[in-house]
Amino acid sequence: MTELGLTPFLLLAAFLFACGVACVTVKRNAIGVLMGVELILNAANVNLVAFARFNSGFRLDGQVFALMVVVLAAAEAAVALAIVLNFYNNHATVDVDEANELKG
Amino acid sequence: MSLPVILFVVVATATAVSAVGVVASRNVVRMAVWLLFTLIGVALIYFLLGAEFAGAAQLIVYVGGTLVLVVFGVMLTAHGPLRELRTRRAEWVIGGTLGAALFVLLAAVSLELGTKEPHTAPAPGTGQIGLTFLGVTETNPPGNLSGVPGDKPIARTRVAYLLPFEIVSVHLLVVLIGAAYLARAKRRVKP
Repeated sequence: MTELGLTPFLLLAAFLFACGVACVTVKRNAIGVLMGVELILNAANVNLVAFARFNSGFRLDGQVFALMVVVLAAAEAAVALAIVLNFYNNHATVDVDEANELKG
Repeated sequence: MSLPVILFVVVATATAVSAVGVVASRNVVRMAVWLLFTLIGVALIYFLLGAEFAGAAQLIVYVGGTLVLVVFGVMLTAHGPLRELRTRRAEWVIGGTLGAALFVLLAAVSLELGTKEPHTAPAPGTGQIGLTFLGVTETNPPGNLSGVPGDKPIARTRVAYLLPFEIVSVHLLVVLIGAAYLARAKRRVKP
């Protein structure tokens, strides 16, 4: 391999995505789940920017969408942390297994 | 081995190891530190891809903003037994299997796509991205809009990303007001 192609970036993004999904499923701490979501969003962002570099049709759009994803991730983290803090104030725990009051 | 390949191997290895650290470490504070390294690694990947503005925004907004929020959440909630919540072995097996299966699937699709060479046109700079957000679609070289290859004639639209930009900004405002409302200190009414 002498030149950097598209595939290594896609493989890295796939690995980050798999790590994020494993993090979301495995962690019991609500903030750990939130970190897994951040990993997933970053994996998608790597894909977007890589395709913007290697596909001339999406030269601009990939970066623009990556920036939008970054902003929306900030918003999502703010709301999720507010919910987690509220849950912690009411129940004195951040274990997602304890949040089962709405279970049918 | 050219310099970009070496740089990519180093940065990608560091990023992947940090991502594994996020999944594997049990302590929430250590997870936050591993996530910090992962986000910095992703920003370096953006720089390698020639997307300087996206990398800078990643560093400023993600590492400087979102991660500070997450660390605040960790500090406000992690004490005593909550810092290290144990996961059962069966959950590790299920989560690991799911992650491995997803990685195999995505890697198979990625390898099937084949290796493309980077196109010769220079990556759009900061000014061009800003103009796109403001709705100006004149690009130089012309004809690099969504999904249209560079050598084909296209019908230009007037508005590029002005509406999504406005929607995202209003959404951010609404979300921050909502978060402040949700997380406010409740005043107890004495009976």
